[in-house]
Amino acid sequence: MKPRSRFILSVLAFGYAFLYLPLASVIVYSFNDSRLATVWGGFSTRWYGELLDNDQVLDSAFLSLRIALTVATLATIFGTMAGMALSRFSRFRGRTLFSGMITSPMVMPEVITGLSLLLLFVSMQQLVGWPAQRGFGTITIAHTTFAMAYVAIIIQSRLSAMDESLEEAAMDLGGRPLRVVFDITLPLIAPAMIAGWLLAFTLSLDDLVISSFVSGPGASTLPMLIFSKVKLGVTPDINALATLIILFVSSGVLIAWWVSRRSQRQSA
Amino acid sequence: MAGNGASSTPFIEIRDVSKYFGDFAAVDSVSLTIGKGELFSILGGSGCGKTTLLRMLAGFEVPTKGRILIDGVDITEMPPYERPVNMMFQSYAIFPHMTVEKNVAYGLEKEGIPREEIKRRVGEMLNMVQLGAFAARKPHQLSGGQRQRVALARALVKRPKVLLLDEPLAALDKKLRERTQFELMSIQYKLGITFVVVTHDQEEAMILSSRIAVMDKGRLIQVGTPKEVYEYPNCRFVADFIGNINMFEGTVVDVDGDRVRVNCKDAGGELVALSDSPPLAGSAVCVAVRPEKIFISQNEPENSEDTRLAGVVEDLGYFGNLSLYRIRLEGGRIVQVSAQNRRRSAERFLEWDDKVFISWRPRSAVLLTD
Repeated sequence: MKPRSRFILSVLAFGYAFLYLPLASVIVYSFNDSRLATVWGGFSTRWYGELLDNDQVLDSAFLSLRIALTVATLATIFGTMAGMALSRFSRFRGRTLFSGMITSPMVMPEVITGLSLLLLFVSMQQLVGWPAQRGFGTITIAHTTFAMAYVAIIIQSRLSAMDESLEEAAMDLGGRPLRVVFDITLPLIAPAMIAGWLLAFTLSLDDLVISSFVSGPGASTLPMLIFSKVKLGVTPDINALATLIILFVSSGVLIAWWVSRRSQRQSA
Repeated sequence: MAGNGASSTPFIEIRDVSKYFGDFAAVDSVSLTIGKGELFSILGGSGCGKTTLLRMLAGFEVPTKGRILIDGVDITEMPPYERPVNMMFQSYAIFPHMTVEKNVAYGLEKEGIPREEIKRRVGEMLNMVQLGAFAARKPHQLSGGQRQRVALARALVKRPKVLLLDEPLAALDKKLRERTQFELMSIQYKLGITFVVVTHDQEEAMILSSRIAVMDKGRLIQVGTPKEVYEYPNCRFVADFIGNINMFEGTVVDVDGDRVRVNCKDAGGELVALSDSPPLAGSAVCVAVRPEKIFISQNEPENSEDTRLAGVVEDLGYFGNLSLYRIRLEGGRIVQVSAQNRRRSAERFLEWDDKVFISWRPRSAVLLTD
């Protein structure tokens, strides 16, 4: 083995260790029998069992899941519409501005997004009496606003890679514009929509900062619950919960990757 | 194949059509009539406006000014899905998520035609393009030539009044292109549908078309049969664009009836050409002669009517069926001459640095003023 390639290999190993050792330690310690989170006391799955008896954890997990499902679906619908507008319709006034603005929720610090949404919800409550209380509804709206930006970008890049004459050909053959969207455009961008849906789902499930701003009493998502528990010290059941989340999210990412790869191969 | 099925009544009328993108005139005041059943080509280099003109016929672009009529109906502002026109796209634009059969059926389904009739017509059309056995295939399982035929079948199945073809053969390799050219012509002849082909390939346009329109910089330069455009180009651009040609720039010495004598310094002699509308003596003109119209010989030719010039063989190329010579004239000018290799011989008829004479008949040369 040449010294140069050995060097590259060690850099690679270091990089991956940096990324995955913390995750691995969380997974390993989730099977720790000891009550102390950092002392190994033999293998056990009892923290997983305790997790299932904890109503607080189950409630917030269920809330997070409900929010993530709603957000993913709404963000996919709005994001697809925005992505199509950005790449397909003939130049309209302010298209460049709109195109730049769609990415702003991605680069805006989450604290700012959260704060501004909170202010919006509070002032709306004073003006029109809605939302009466903050919780599921407000978190869903907040998550949808930033998740749809990601979906729009995915859809836009898929559409710009797609031959525009496909839609023209359908119109040439007698398809009215709306019909063509359902006959041609949507089936062809469906893989990108699935990938976008999964991404939005994971983003929503992950989010802590924005949720903390726009949530109200009695409505805490899973990340919020974990964060508040950790403040009182790391307990082994958190490790078990984290392991489950890692499993859930990584399988979601894997599916998204697989779907988008398959669609790329099909269109090639 | 000039004039195959062409009739003189205008079927497509393009009346003074212009298309501006911002300040740029992609198509500039084009007027054109195309007869029913014609196989009409629009020929030009990239960016000459030919595709924009085709897209205006299809309805994807609306002219900035001017009108377009098909079969007497003004379609200028009609959306593409209402026009009696179908298009075959350069990329073929076959729907990748549908089978061959579904692709071809798409247009008929949008028309609301009964299911059995769709099935019958799609089957007939697929048989005509020899794809009957491929009906259930997905597009990615087809070769380039098969995709091209799916695109053709899909565009023809609605029996359009006009079929528009955007570079129909550009994506095929040379052998397949030659075969497909003749297939296209026989399909056009069988169905009697007016074809409008856009191409940058002058050979393709020559072989396919009943008439050719040559475009440059958004303007229509010349319209005529392939023969007219090749033998009687109306300007330097058309002469140069279609086929090979030698162009001699010079000044008119005198005019005798339709005979024009032109003095050309770099040719090292006087050239004679015929012209219906001879220019005045002293004006700058161009005498253009095709390589195959020039005779080459080692002895001085006798006919005094002909233009005769002396030179030296600078270069020669053997192509099997013909030989190409580059002759340096006494004035320093290089002339291309092509000669059929009629006799079979291992020896060359001419060698490098041989002294030769070239000559051509007065009516072989074209006098260009534009």
